[in-house]
Amino acid sequence: MNRPLISSKPVDTVGPLDSELAAAEAPPPRVGRFERLRDFGGDGDNLRLLVLIAILLAGFGLVIGKQLFSAASLQSMAYQLPELGILSLAMMVTLLSGGINLSVIATANLCALAMAATLTRFVPGSEGAAWVLIQVAALAAGFAIAALIGLVNGFIIAYLRVSPILATLGTMTLVKGISVGTTRGNVISGFPEPIVFIGNGAVLGIPMALLVFAAAALPLAIMLNRAPLGAAIYMIGSNERATRFSGIQTRRVILKVYLISSLLAAVAAVVMMARFNSANASYGESYLLVTILAAVLGGVNPMGGFGKVSGLVLALIMLQIISSAFNLLNFSAFLTLAIWGGILIAVAGMTQLRQRLKGG
Amino acid sequence: MINALRRFSHSQEARLLAVVLALGAILTIATPSFLTFQNLFDLLTSYAFLGILAAGLLVVLVAGGIDISFTATASVAQYLALSSANAYGLGWAGTFGLAIGTGIACGLMNAWLIESLRISSIIVTIATLNILYGLLVFVTGGQYIYALPDWFSKGIWWLEFVDADQIPYGLNLQILLLLLAFAATWVLLNRTTIGRQIYALGGNRDAAGRLGFHVFGLSLFVYGYMGFMAGIASLAQAQLAQSVAPTVLVGRELDVLAAVVLGGASLNGGVGTVLGTALGLALLAVLQNGLVLVGISSYWSQFFVGLVILVSVSSTALTLRRRARSAVA
Repeated sequence: MNRPLISSKPVDTVGPLDSELAAAEAPPPRVGRFERLRDFGGDGDNLRLLVLIAILLAGFGLVIGKQLFSAASLQSMAYQLPELGILSLAMMVTLLSGGINLSVIATANLCALAMAATLTRFVPGSEGAAWVLIQVAALAAGFAIAALIGLVNGFIIAYLRVSPILATLGTMTLVKGISVGTTRGNVISGFPEPIVFIGNGAVLGIPMALLVFAAAALPLAIMLNRAPLGAAIYMIGSNERATRFSGIQTRRVILKVYLISSLLAAVAAVVMMARFNSANASYGESYLLVTILAAVLGGVNPMGGFGKVSGLVLALIMLQIISSAFNLLNFSAFLTLAIWGGILIAVAGMTQLRQRLKGG
Repeated sequence: MINALRRFSHSQEARLLAVVLALGAILTIATPSFLTFQNLFDLLTSYAFLGILAAGLLVVLVAGGIDISFTATASVAQYLALSSANAYGLGWAGTFGLAIGTGIACGLMNAWLIESLRISSIIVTIATLNILYGLLVFVTGGQYIYALPDWFSKGIWWLEFVDADQIPYGLNLQILLLLLAFAATWVLLNRTTIGRQIYALGGNRDAAGRLGFHVFGLSLFVYGYMGFMAGIASLAQAQLAQSVAPTVLVGRELDVLAAVVLGGASLNGGVGTVLGTALGLALLAVLQNGLVLVGISSYWSQFFVGLVILVSVSSTALTLRRRARSAVA
């Protein structure tokens, strides 16, 4: 195997050389697997996050002690992470394609309100099969609304060629307007047992919400890494025009990106309303910019084309550790916000700096 | 002159002007309270905060950047300036100086992070928004300041009138600052070398650099200008609200962005005018005011604003596409 690209550069570390040798010696199908393993840690972003997480755990562990690792605090972390996590996934898909979806929170809230309205109106008084059917129908209604919003976003962005920030800024305002207008800003609360369970119950000690997050993240990761649609999304994020000229129907792909993003927002809606046992037009608004923060922290390039679900998950774990530790230390949640911002700049700055050192 | 008129009639500004005038005409016929001096002055007063910020954001967008952090900057500037005014007895000059200075410092910090670390401006400003806002609320405990200096509470009134209910209206501090902000930005963008360089920078950053423009310096200036406007806007808002609240301004950054892009500024840089921004703001203001006057519940106002944004950006994109197509054909 020739390695002209590698040999033209001076070998600076042992790691890449070893892996190259291993890759060269291994039979072809194993090369892919090894590379994938290397991709997970070795392309820098994820490894750096893992190191950061280890440092944070060690540091907070020293200050707080065993309490940080107690079952109770681990559980509360596991209950809090999914909300922001699923919303961040919804943001991430659009970022990968070189877009952005500012309407994720507004979509989640409208879906939650639609589900909540159906549940509170029809569930009390119903029994047996109807009781079950109404709950399924309520969830279906939420997802249908999400799909509609996603298609509107996708259509405006892909076919009318409006820039994603503007299009989703518009739908964000419109969708929130519908939520506020129909509910007059009021809260809808009081759901049946199974719905509340999604947000607050646990299966074999694992919070249901975390399972929902996994059920959203895994298929998304597989789709992005393996499916043609995933490859097309990354390609569009890198260079939309080249992708179109290579014969991919970019418009249809972009439409699907915003559809997927919206549906993920609906999943987040289920978890959010179940956790609070209520729905409102303006829940979780402060999460909007934090979802971008989490995605970028996880190695997603905000200009599109690069980023992995695994990176996002690590970033979410890191943000959650900081948030939980600060909570245990009785620091204000706003200090957490400030630290998150600082870490974003540090990590993004470090990535840029390394790339420049490598390039120059 | 006729050529200029013809060019204007095809522009985004002309279409906006037509929409705003049509909306104004409908409201004038529909309700007697729309076209009154009092209503118009009230409208200007209540939209001054967004307007001053929009003037600053316009310059950032024209330069090809974006800033999300200005609401946090304004919150910090407002808090520092007025708590110092209370503690050390600062006057108008001192208070404004401190607010503006804080704003400029935050803006320069953004520019420095963007240019020296080469992180995209949206990421840097999302981060600084969270840092500034988080630290402000952490340090102040989210406490409001209600006790403001007397001279500040009174504000400035020129050409004061009193309506039938003895409620004063006229040229006040907010309107004055709003007009100054738009005038200054117009002069900057149209009558100074720096302004033309900012358009060049937004139009093609590499070309601007090769022409010998000081890109880092321009960036410092642009984000500093945004911070300057955030400082001014923060005091206009505090004077109107008669209080300083660390938590109420953050979250309105996208409203300002909406006004500026409605006015035709492009997120890709190099495009945007002060007239457009003023009209974009006017459209939002007249729309929301009109809905209230006509008697539609204010709960629905956001819905209509969203609708207007969507229709406007979609139709602009369609016209641009049609024009591009006819240029090719």
